[in-house]
Amino acid sequence: MRFALLFLMVASAAIAEAQSPLQFPPSVEVGVAFSVPTTGSGPASLYIVGPSYILRRKIELGESIAFAANDLQIAGHYVALVVANTNTPTPISESAQFDVTPAQRVATVSFLAKPSRLSVSAPNGISGVAYVFDVFHNWILQPQPVTFQMTDSSGHSESRSTTARNGVAWAKMNSAPKAGIAQFEAVAGTGAEAIKEKRVVQEVPGDPCSIRMSARANGQRVALETDPVRDCSGNPVPDGTIVTFTESHPGGQSTVDVPLKRGIARTEMPAVPGAVISVASGVVMGNEIRWGGGRSGGL
Amino acid sequence: MTGGRLLGFTLMAATLALIVVGTVWPNQSGASVIDARARMEVSGSSPEGVVNNLLVQIGRRDWESAYASLANKAEFTEPEFIRDVNGSNGGLRTFADVDGFDIQPLHASSDQATIRASLRWASVVGSFTDSRDLNVMRTGDRWQVAWPIAKEVRVPPQVIPVNYLRWDVIDRGPGEDWGRQDVEDPHVRIVAMHPVERGGGVVVLGELLNEDVVPAFVTVRASLLGKDASLATADSFDKISHVLLPKQVSPFRIDFPEIRLPQVDSVRIQPTSSLVGASADPVIGIESQKLNPVPDSSLSGTLVNQSGQVVNVAHVLGTFYDNTGQILWVADQYPSSALLPQTPQPFTIPLPADIANKVKNYRVVVSTYSSDRLR
Repeated sequence: MRFALLFLMVASAAIAEAQSPLQFPPSVEVGVAFSVPTTGSGPASLYIVGPSYILRRKIELGESIAFAANDLQIAGHYVALVVANTNTPTPISESAQFDVTPAQRVATVSFLAKPSRLSVSAPNGISGVAYVFDVFHNWILQPQPVTFQMTDSSGHSESRSTTARNGVAWAKMNSAPKAGIAQFEAVAGTGAEAIKEKRVVQEVPGDPCSIRMSARANGQRVALETDPVRDCSGNPVPDGTIVTFTESHPGGQSTVDVPLKRGIARTEMPAVPGAVISVASGVVMGNEIRWGGGRSGGL
Repeated sequence: MTGGRLLGFTLMAATLALIVVGTVWPNQSGASVIDARARMEVSGSSPEGVVNNLLVQIGRRDWESAYASLANKAEFTEPEFIRDVNGSNGGLRTFADVDGFDIQPLHASSDQATIRASLRWASVVGSFTDSRDLNVMRTGDRWQVAWPIAKEVRVPPQVIPVNYLRWDVIDRGPGEDWGRQDVEDPHVRIVAMHPVERGGGVVVLGELLNEDVVPAFVTVRASLLGKDASLATADSFDKISHVLLPKQVSPFRIDFPEIRLPQVDSVRIQPTSSLVGASADPVIGIESQKLNPVPDSSLSGTLVNQSGQVVNVAHVLGTFYDNTGQILWVADQYPSSALLPQTPQPFTIPLPADIANKVKNYRVVVSTYSSDRLR
């Protein structure tokens, strides 16, 4: 098999510049049936050598060679050889070269949307890249209209229209101020033949904007509880976000990392008169309370 | 024939002599697997002797003999004694072995003595020491140890409501189109990094923030770069809290014992994160934190498990700052006992004396491991 392939490649190179009596069209589109007339008579073998593809077919010289719509599926440059079935030392009789081009109609879109999760109100935070392919997964290099559409959780949508050049189109979109699941869609083609591919982008709340806590005595301990924690756009910060309570006094300090549950963090700490209790989440500080001395201002 | 008899007699005499020597002066180097300095059971005619024997029996896990030798065994049962010494509830000590012990007489009279016994335990995460002051009393012509058992605190029966919160991850499946979306890895950020020279090597100290809304399994890799080439690369290993909940900060420490700081031109830090299924519980309070001055410079405090489930192993990480907020040191400790619900458990993070003098602030975080899941 390797020898045969090598032979065919060498032979095709040798006759590359030769005038071909085979009347192949210089370019055919994948998925389109066509036929090629031949000259002479008698049985012969037809070899079609293309990118990662070889076809061998028995033909009768003098008759047309018919190619069905699905015979040539891979776009690229092809070489056709007709070898007469004789015992002559130089059996190659005719050859031709032709190109197979992708179909004009988009059949599939590979859509890369990054990131799949980002915070709200991020300008140009979401990038979408669409690669357009025909029905045989050939990359369509001809310009194709592509529209990117972003619909946030409240139903508001934003779209960008562009053209895929050399098979690629891209756009950058803003994340919405409202947290939730956004639908990011790439539409290639127009009308009824348009192909849509959808991705989900999770728009999540940003850092807490302000954290306020309150304290009350609970026996020998002090019960601490935050107000519902929200970001600067008013979105509730997700449950599980860690809120750190710190109680400092001259004898030492106590800390506890508490996850938000139902938007609120609550815990208990030792009640030490005069202790300063602060609250923070990540790099965001909240208010301070002096236990037994009233509430001090937030930072 | 005469020569053969002489040879046989000589060999027999030598054998008998060696047996006598071995019996009277036994070779202690192979006698005990619990102590490199190898102490065997000795005569119980002195307070030190009976304490030595008790600790050897504990090291051999000869609980029956150890319990039987105690003066106050009527105060507790043998299982309670075993739990007190060997730990319980899947705590770190239940997986540790006695690596050796030290005995230090504190007080002695004709019929009573106090001896400080320090048991060194070896575990997979390092060694720890359990020190107890043992009262030894004479009963007739015998000395016996009164074991200072720590009574297990029992939490009253109660129901602790927990709004269970956890994250599960569904990854992209095999065979998906290459453009198919996958879940995004958590976004983490190095918020501080500081290389210092320590003990003839370089130590990279820093802090890592999970700024995402999902839990992250994190590691930090540091590469020390010289003028022309990379000098060394190392990971944070266990000097970090690997599972970070949203907005949680962990310190990290990476040691390069073979590299000198003047050799280092720059440091490259590579945090990596991946999505991990995690739980928001249990919540651990870290109370009564205080810095202890030299010579026993350390940070001590108590851990309080605020949830209703047992935490088998806790990992306490301390970050120490100077008066400018710069990280001075990162140290850790694994308490040897499990954290029972609502029950304070002390911890002590040792601190180098030269650093202790410069510490102006500190922060402590704790990560927990339960037998039913990794947190």
